[in-house]
Amino acid sequence: MSVRHGLLALLSERPRHGYELRAEFERRTGSALNVGQVYTTLSRLERDGAVVGTGDGEEGRSTYALTPAGAEELHDWFTTPVTRESRPRDELAIKLALAVGAPEVDVPAVLQAQRTDSLRALQDYTRLKARADAVDDLAWLLVLDALVFQTEAEVRWLDHCEARLVRARAAAPPGPAAAPVRAPGREGVRR
Amino acid sequence: MSAVLELRAVTRQHGAGEGLVHALRGVSLQVAAGELVAVMGPSGSGKSTLLHLAGGLEAPTSGEVLVEGTALSGLSRKRLAQVRRRAVGYVFQDLNLVPALTAAENVALPRELDGAGARAARREAVEALTEVGIAELADRFPDDMSGGQQQRVAIARALVGDRRLVLADEPTGALDSETGEAVMALLRARCDAGAAGVLVTHDARHAAWADRVVFLRDGRVVDESVYRSPEAALGTLGSLR
Repeated sequence: MSVRHGLLALLSERPRHGYELRAEFERRTGSALNVGQVYTTLSRLERDGAVVGTGDGEEGRSTYALTPAGAEELHDWFTTPVTRESRPRDELAIKLALAVGAPEVDVPAVLQAQRTDSLRALQDYTRLKARADAVDDLAWLLVLDALVFQTEAEVRWLDHCEARLVRARAAAPPGPAAAPVRAPGREGVRR
Repeated sequence: MSAVLELRAVTRQHGAGEGLVHALRGVSLQVAAGELVAVMGPSGSGKSTLLHLAGGLEAPTSGEVLVEGTALSGLSRKRLAQVRRRAVGYVFQDLNLVPALTAAENVALPRELDGAGARAARREAVEALTEVGIAELADRFPDDMSGGQQQRVAIARALVGDRRLVLADEPTGALDSETGEAVMALLRARCDAGAAGVLVTHDARHAAWADRVVFLRDGRVVDESVYRSPEAALGTLGSLR
């Protein structure tokens, strides 16, 4: 995630103090920045001529404003799609890819544990969405929607993996690698 | 906390001999007032059987189903029909609206069957239609409504007369995603107002409205996901940073 572009975007609305940038970023995206990150990034932006700090106010609070160069950099960011390569590796896909070959791994149980965890996250996002205001929290709702759709896709993919696994085991010749697929998870769960 | 619905070690078998199918293999589940429970699982896992047993539409092979503390197995056929009409509301994928009746008449039907006066039944029906946001369609026939509107009528029919237990089988099945969300919000609101709800769905996004999501595999509960609190929800986001 680009802190640099996040700050430029907030400054494109109007000049702001560092602490205000931090609070506003968190309010809209649900993603927290530490103070150090904010000020380090601001000084780099200032060095690169993308922002200008004005009037060292009392308590050392500078107000930062976007420069034309900063506006151009921000425009480039908004108009360039996020490439899939620039995202972090998908640990879950890698874990499952390795699990199917590893001895003594109960793959259906791995899938179910992940499915339960993903559903719990979906429950969380759904409640947070229900509490948000459709107008005042628009930015925050977009972030929550993204999380909802990503998580839903993950659950569908897990279902797909399970079906694929069952088919593959049915097709494989009998042997140690073709152990029958067991019902996953804990038994007799109840509250 | 008293359960509105309780399944005690319920099993259900269909067929016999070579064709014997174990639809449920010992499922225990409690659903309290105010609680919405979603049931997820692949087809053939026993989801729909569970819902049929909960609503008294099928009897278990062994185990017991209790609705508001009453064991369904001990009831006469007549009393069972009464419990089904008075305590339980059903929303099925197949809406089963009567085409020759208006929305209000469809919703009033179970109350009239239950012996409520026509005027009282009509008033309750309009209340239920108001609750689902389509009071103005009370005198329309199902064929003159969109799919989403028909689904709302079916939900109003499931809620009319203060049912304490609402059972829903893929209630968002044929709806577009926005209407589906609205239907889920309605179910959620009904449970927040004190009903117990059981929702069978394959859609994770809809199951996520539930307090608990129960996973069925081959007729057994293999796991469940429990909603905790708003603080915990925000904590989930914290871990994404």
